[in-house]
Amino acid sequence: MRQSQFEQRYRPQWERLETSLAALEARRRPNAAALTDFTADYQSLCHQLALARERGYSLALQDYLNDLMLRAHRQLYRYRTPLLPGLVAFFTGGFPRAVRHQWRWHLVSTLCFVLSAGLVWAMILHDPELVHTVVGPQQVAELEEMYHPDLRDVSGRDRQDDVMMFGYYIYNNIGIAFRTFAGGLLLGVGALVAMLFNGSFFGAAAGHLTLAGAAQPFFTFVIAHGAPELIAIFLAGGAGLRMGWAVLAPGSWRRVDALRRAATECLPVMYGVFALLVLAAFIEAFWSSRELAPQIKYGVGAACWALLVLYLLFAGRQRRRQGGPHGSE
Amino acid sequence: MRIDDQLHIDTPEGARLTLSLAGPLPRALAYGIDLAIRGLALALVAIPLMLFGRGGMGLYLVLLFLMEWFYPVLFEALWQGRTPGKRMMGLAVVHGNGAPLGFNGSLVRNLLRTADLFPMFYLTGFVVMLITRRAQRLGDLAADTLVIHTPPARPARPHQDGDSEAPDWPLSRDDQLVLLAFTDRGARLSAERQEELAALAYPELAPTAARAKLQRVARHVLGGA
Repeated sequence: MRQSQFEQRYRPQWERLETSLAALEARRRPNAAALTDFTADYQSLCHQLALARERGYSLALQDYLNDLMLRAHRQLYRYRTPLLPGLVAFFTGGFPRAVRHQWRWHLVSTLCFVLSAGLVWAMILHDPELVHTVVGPQQVAELEEMYHPDLRDVSGRDRQDDVMMFGYYIYNNIGIAFRTFAGGLLLGVGALVAMLFNGSFFGAAAGHLTLAGAAQPFFTFVIAHGAPELIAIFLAGGAGLRMGWAVLAPGSWRRVDALRRAATECLPVMYGVFALLVLAAFIEAFWSSRELAPQIKYGVGAACWALLVLYLLFAGRQRRRQGGPHGSE
Repeated sequence: MRIDDQLHIDTPEGARLTLSLAGPLPRALAYGIDLAIRGLALALVAIPLMLFGRGGMGLYLVLLFLMEWFYPVLFEALWQGRTPGKRMMGLAVVHGNGAPLGFNGSLVRNLLRTADLFPMFYLTGFVVMLITRRAQRLGDLAADTLVIHTPPARPARPHQDGDSEAPDWPLSRDDQLVLLAFTDRGARLSAERQEELAALAYPELAPTAARAKLQRVARHVLGGA
């Protein structure tokens, strides 16, 4: 068949496909008849493209058909999952399961933070001057101003400040968590450094404020939002370490494939980290800043920690099946 | 071995997709355009928000966060794999098998942007792009995504009228392709260059005559008149 005959014969079909493609790409829903034709048109287009190549029709025609097929391919293989059921399933099971699946990495990351915090804290209690090796003089002054009973001024704080601090926590903390995760890709070093650094900073702040007699304002402030915030940072660090390890020791996989697998496993954790940090920012801006009796604040804070840990440990576990070879996952 | 930057993918339908990969330069330009758009949008929002004092400052910081991390994700996931900058540069992000980019893939490649940024100016990402076969940065490797040139919508070549003439030699498929390339690209060549090329086919004819004859033969192959 000559090219012009070929074009004449199939052009109406290509034009029909182009019309429905234009509608699909503009996210309009083409009418039902056009949609039933779409797959059939796409399939015959694939066939015609192969024919055009085999018979050596003009390159312009081949390009045209190739472009058309590329566009159709992108529309056909687009998939959308319903959002709301997905979200419910994620928070009732998917997220804690994803965390438990990589519990070793999250444990390592948590230990990095807790041990470095404990070490620096103990060192500062032993020798108060050591705080200056971890925290700059400017930051020491800021910490004292924020928490010291004699220095801080809470009378001027209002809704406006709450909103401003909320924005700041979102911007700063979620940014830190995301960067910690991405830093893990650099052979795990970025995540490790972030965990050690943040741990040391927390230890230094806690140690210094304890010595300065500001322990109560400090701990009543941080305990409630600390649960989602610190746990989210631990999880981001753990996910980052998992990524770095996939590159360092891919096992029987190719490095690229190991990395992809790790990314797929870490993605639900990072969604959860995001949600936890938004929650933390709400608590930090609108609850932690309230001036209430220390017992109430410690009580609420302890409840936050307990609930969150129980959630991550036990939510979404499947009941052991009777007689099955595999018990719980 | 071909040394162009085209990638061929065989789909389950048995057809072969040809994608052309985008290199560092167009991607950097697209990033620059996006950066300018983000900066402009933030500046425009910042002015009215200043009227709301510190509360407005908080909203601004939330926006800053969204712009920094979710601007590319939302655009790529909802707009056929293209941010405004990529659209202007004619680029799009797709999965490694040519399938369109979803929210998850876009989130992975954009979250890991920080690793590509290390230590500054996307140095890591740039080096990794040069090393990998499909010009992927670290985020692309983890998400299995590619940045490709999206072809501009091209109309099928207009039909050429004129008399035609059967070739006087048995035409192989390669000959056919050469002839067709000659007609497709002829318009962009000077008359002298066309004559020079035609003289290779018909060394015995005068250059102008050779060119006319070659065009007639090409029209015949194309199936004209």
